[in-house]
Parts: sequence; structure tokens; C-alpha cells
Amino acid sequence: MTDRVEVRKTYKLFVGGAFPRSESGRTYEVVAADGTFLANAAKGSRKDGRDAVLAARKGFGAWSAATAYNRGQVLYRVAEIMEGRSAQFASDVMAAEGLDTEAAARQVEAAIDRWVWYAGWTDKLAQVLGSANQVAGPYFNFSVPEPTGVVVAVAPQDSSLLGLVSVIAPIVATGSTVIVIASTARPLPAITLTEALATSDVPGGVINVLTGDPAEIMPWLASHADVNALDLTGVTDADLAVTLEREAAGTVKRVRGPQADHDWYATPSLSRLRSFVETKTVWHPMGT
Amino acid sequence: MSFEYAPAPESRSVVDIASSYGLFIGGEFVEASGGGTFKTVNPATEEVLAEISEAGADDVDRAVRAARAAYEDVWGPMSGRDRAKYLFRIARLVQERSRELAVLETLDNGKPIRESRDVDIPLVAAHFFYHAGWADKLGHAGYGADPRPLGVAAQVIPWNFPLLMLAWKIAPALACGNTVVLKPAETTPLTALAFADICRQADLPPGVVNIITGAGETGRLLVEHPGVDKVAFTGSTEVGKAIMRQVAGSGKRLTLELGGKAANIVFEDAPLDQAIEGVVNGIFFNQGHVCCAGSRLLLQESIAEEAVDALKRRLGTLRLGDPLDKNTDIGAINSAAQLARIDELVSSGEDEGADRWSAPCTLPERGWWFAPTVFTGVTQAHRIAREEIFGPVLSVLTFRTPDEAVEKANNTPYGLSAGVWTEKGSRILWMAERLRAGIVWANTFNRFDPASPFGGYKESGFGREGGIQGLGAYLAVDDAHDVGAGR
Repeated sequence: MTDRVEVRKTYKLFVGGAFPRSESGRTYEVVAADGTFLANAAKGSRKDGRDAVLAARKGFGAWSAATAYNRGQVLYRVAEIMEGRSAQFASDVMAAEGLDTEAAARQVEAAIDRWVWYAGWTDKLAQVLGSANQVAGPYFNFSVPEPTGVVVAVAPQDSSLLGLVSVIAPIVATGSTVIVIASTARPLPAITLTEALATSDVPGGVINVLTGDPAEIMPWLASHADVNALDLTGVTDADLAVTLEREAAGTVKRVRGPQADHDWYATPSLSRLRSFVETKTVWHPMGT
Repeated sequence: MSFEYAPAPESRSVVDIASSYGLFIGGEFVEASGGGTFKTVNPATEEVLAEISEAGADDVDRAVRAARAAYEDVWGPMSGRDRAKYLFRIARLVQERSRELAVLETLDNGKPIRESRDVDIPLVAAHFFYHAGWADKLGHAGYGADPRPLGVAAQVIPWNFPLLMLAWKIAPALACGNTVVLKPAETTPLTALAFADICRQADLPPGVVNIITGAGETGRLLVEHPGVDKVAFTGSTEVGKAIMRQVAGSGKRLTLELGGKAANIVFEDAPLDQAIEGVVNGIFFNQGHVCCAGSRLLLQESIAEEAVDALKRRLGTLRLGDPLDKNTDIGAINSAAQLARIDELVSSGEDEGADRWSAPCTLPERGWWFAPTVFTGVTQAHRIAREEIFGPVLSVLTFRTPDEAVEKANNTPYGLSAGVWTEKGSRILWMAERLRAGIVWANTFNRFDPASPFGGYKESGFGREGGIQGLGAYLAVDDAHDVGAGR
């Protein structure tokens, strides 16, 4: 066995449910925490970003219209598929972050559990964030949270799998679709996740994963008119974050700020779910 | 058929306008340090009402410091129960002085007294009453057991509902334990300055509410001040975007309530007279100076002709003129600048080939006026179908199927409100689900209530005002990275 030459994987992007190479034809070298060569990851470009927005917009219609029960089952399905591949995820995370076996396994388990946590939220959030409003008049009036639309996210740079899942799961749980730029130095667990997504029931375009440099790709997406919101969680360069926020003003995008040094193992608050929903209020007169 | 009405003017004697006003900072009126002034005029007569101080950088700084001191020493540490009682006091004072406030609003803004008396001022009182009750119950609002205020809120409001917008801003801010520096619009400062007197009567601790007057530059200085923790703006999308750029990276929390281009959709089964009343209210209420105005009328093709005839008939009976007259339906356009913008967009409608019809009415010689106007033959590409006119101008488009209605209604960068008129309940809910707008009025339009959250999708802004959802804009919610955190 030890003599066998292993078959290595080509790591590509995940856009619209397919695995394209970067249209730019570029790659960059990804190394393990100890510096050894792991792979050449696709170096996503502006054009890849635009293609991903197209895919995410296309995916938004059906995904936002799906029942919350259905979305919950799809998210739970991702957890099921990941559970079956937990060894592969653990070895990816171990290489990427230089963790020992136990710590890597712990991160994978937490990432799987995070999908389950958000899967359970899909059909409850409207009851928690929504309301029946007692207005002073003969009207039936209610408010419900609705998905914001197409969200572009930058995944945490440190926590390559748990951080990534913690960012994308709440976005898609409420019916938005996402384009996420994986951790630049640790992108491989994200690519492995896309392989799990492709074999789960997540419709194409709902989750799109790019690898590369946020400083190169994000300015284009921050000013893209068909993007509704930005999640800058993994942006580490403060100047870049300010630039992106200014760009976002062009179409009044919702912007969630950078979040370094977060304890991703802590049980999430509702903050991320609340970030990418809009409150819709409906009035109707009452009468005979 | 139209009836002759005898003039029925509301008396001006209930208001007492000073010849000049200072800035309300730290509980007292003070002079602006730069000494700059501007005039506020009655748009119905062009009569100068008062001379108003223009706050400069030093004044803004003074106001923010006063608000900070009040936040740290008094208002922040105060129990919710006591904050509530101050807000209840304010609500009562507004009710007690409602006639005076209504007349003052009409004089300064040009809106019909019927609207300021029956809509604006009652809603102002209701807004303070509603939020007063929240002040000691915030732990039940879903933002954690003991949600904290943000600190000093900078609030910049528009001229279309001057005192109501003040209430929408100040009531939730104070209920949540923040102090405020508020800048009213330069053309309508008088009711905000009267509100300063209400704060005095309420014995509100000095510095909790500060009112500074001025134009865009004063607003910019206020938003930019480093001592501000929260910025809340209602106004144009253009200025909203500029503010978003300005606060980027500052850590200030931000909520924006911006423009709109709402579709009011009438299906063939809708009771036509009722729908036409709603359509008229939707666009001609407050001279169309309403961000959520139903400025695009989408008529199902089969009833389009009949509906346009009915609409014109109804518009022929609207009474335009003296805003203080209790029978007036359409008042004055708030400013010469706004009238010029309406004129410009209406000309573009004619140039681009839409058919203009304006209600036959005599416009007063002095002041700024615009007759209720309807454009038919409008396409989605026309500027009058895409840009916010903020005036009494309605663009009529048609559709055949519910899908097409949704498509056209959503075909705008805005997303503040929408209207649906149909007798079919399942269709109402189907439409309501698909319209990308923060408020959907079904078989009604332009209804407002403090318990009902208000705010937009897309370029109409983010954050909500009113309701349990609106409290989030003034509380340090469980995660400082929330959207609107401005980082």
C-alpha cells in the first residue's frame, strides 16, 4: 500500500451546481499549516464572481419560494451527507489548520451540528421575528421576515469549515442565496463541502463557492447591482472593508461587518439570521 | 358635478410664531455660533414665517456633547419605568396642543389642515404613547434579557411629514434609552422647534432631546460627528447613499428610510369606486410628497379605460387651494425647488410620449402649486415610471395577468410599498408574498400605525420604524456586527 501513488484531486469552483475552473485559467498554490504543498486552487476572477451572481439570482426564485419545511430538510440533508464523509473533512481541516486529530474531528462535528441547528430554524423564524400588529383601526396587520436576496459573503480566514458553515447556513436558511469566498489560505475544506452540497439536495445556484483573493473579487461584487447584501465576516483588511461598504452604498446593500476572533463553537445568536431578512408588513381592512 | 363650498379657514390665532428661533441644545434655546440664519416660508403664500438659525460645526459639536452628557448622567441610568412616564407626558402634551401643532404644520409645510389635524398630529401622539409603553418592557422584545441603548442618535428628517417623522425618530430612540440630536428639514423646522417647547413642558432632562436647524451641510456635520453612535435618516435615496458612504467604517449604526416608486395594482374584480378612492389617496395624499406613495397605477387591461375615466372624474372634484381651509384636499407644494423638480419630470413625461391630463383647477397666484396630474400611455422605460417624482403625479400602466403585474411592480430599484386591489383573498396573499416591498396595502393604501413596522426593501433603505421590529434600530442587539452596524 505504501508504494501506491495516490490520485490527487483537482480543486475547482462551485457555481450554479457545477464545478468550473476559473475562467481566468489561474490557480494559486495552497499549502498545509506545515508548509507542504496541498493543491493548486482556482484563483477566482471578476468574471467568476459575475457568473456566480447570475447563478445565485437564478437560484433565488425557487429557493425563496420553497416552503420553510422543505428548506429545513435540505439543510438537514447537508448534515447527513457531511456525517458520512466526516473522515475526509477531518483530514482536510487537519491539513489546513494544523490541528490534531481530535481538534479536527471536533470542528467537523460542530460544523455538521451547525447545519442541523439552522435546519431547525427555517420554519420557526417567522414566528420569532414576525408579528401580528394591533393597529388602531379595523385592519388585519401582520409582519413576516422575508429573504433579502443574493448575498455575497467572505468566509472566516481561520476556521476553514465551521466558520464557513456558520456564515452560509443562516443566509440560505431564510431563503436567500449566497456566493461565498472561501478562506484564501485554507480553501480546501470549502471545496470538499461543495462536493457534499452537490450530492445533497441543495438546488444549483443556492450556494456558490469561489476561491481566491477577496481583495480582487469583492470590489466587483460590492458594486454589482444584482447583489442585495454583503457579509464581510472574513475580511481582515480594515481598509478593504471600508472600501466595500462604500461600494455597497451604490445600491443600498445591507452590509454585515467583519468579525475577527469569533468563537465559532459558541451557540449562535439570531443575529446572522436577522441580518439577511427584510420585514414585510401586510394590511387588510376588516369588514363585512 | 361639484358643489360650491364657502371658505372654512382654520384660525391661525392658535399659533404664536416667534420672529426668530435659536437652536435647542441642552434644554435651552441658544444662538448659533456662526450667526447664520435662513428663512422658513409658508409655501401657500410665500410669506416669511420666521428666521431660523443655521447650525455650524461648533453648534453640532455642542449639541452632540449635550446629548452625550444627558445620556451618561441622566437618561442612560434612568429606569425604563421613568423614561416611560416622560414619553407618556409628551404624548399627552402633543394631544393637548394638537390644534396648535396642526395649524403650525400646515402653515410651514403647505399640507391641508384636514391631513395635519386628522392624520399627522394624532399619529405623533400615538407614536409617543406606543413607545412609552415599551420603555420598561424592552427585555420582552426579543433582543436579549437586558438590551442596552446605543448612546447618542443623530437623526435627520424630511419635510413631508415634519412632526410625524420627528416622532418616528425620537419616540423609539428615547424609549430605548438613547439621547438624540435631531435636524428637521430646512423648509419645515417650526413644529420641531415647537416640540422643543413640549420637552420643556414635560420637564424632560436637558440634553435628552436637542434640535438643531440647518440645511444639508448641517446634516452632514451631524452624521459625521465622531460622538454619534447611531444615524437614522429619512429622505431621498441619493442622500441616503451619501450617508452610507460617509459612515462606512465608523462603527455607527445606521438605518435608512429612503425613496419609493410604489405600484398600486388594480385587478378587474376590484370594487372600482373603492379602488379609485384608494388610488387617489395613494398618490394625491399630502400632494404626493410621500415616499410610499402609489405613484405607479397598474390597471388590469380589461378595466383600464373605465378606471381612468373614473379616476379623472374623481380628480375633477378634488379641491386645491388654501391649506388652512378645512375643505381643501390638495395643498401647496412644499418649496420652489420641489415644484421645479416636479415640473422637470412632468416635462420629461410629455417629451417621452406619455399622455398628460391635469385636473381642471385654478391655481392660486402666490405660492407653489401643482394640479393633480395623470399620465396614460406610460411605458416602464419612461422616467415618470422609474423616478420618484414626489408630487401629485400618477403614471398609469396596464397588465394582463397576475404574473405580469408582479413583474412590473417589482421592476424598480425601490421596494418601499405596494398596493393590491381585488376581491379574491387567495390572490391578495399570493401577490403580497411576491411583491418585493416592505409594506403591502391590500384593498387600502397609505395606512400608518406605530405598532406597524415601516421600511423598505432594496434601495428604499433598511431598518424598520415602528412595532417590535423597529426597536432593534435603537438597541445594542445581541451582536454588534448586525446589518446596519456600519461595522
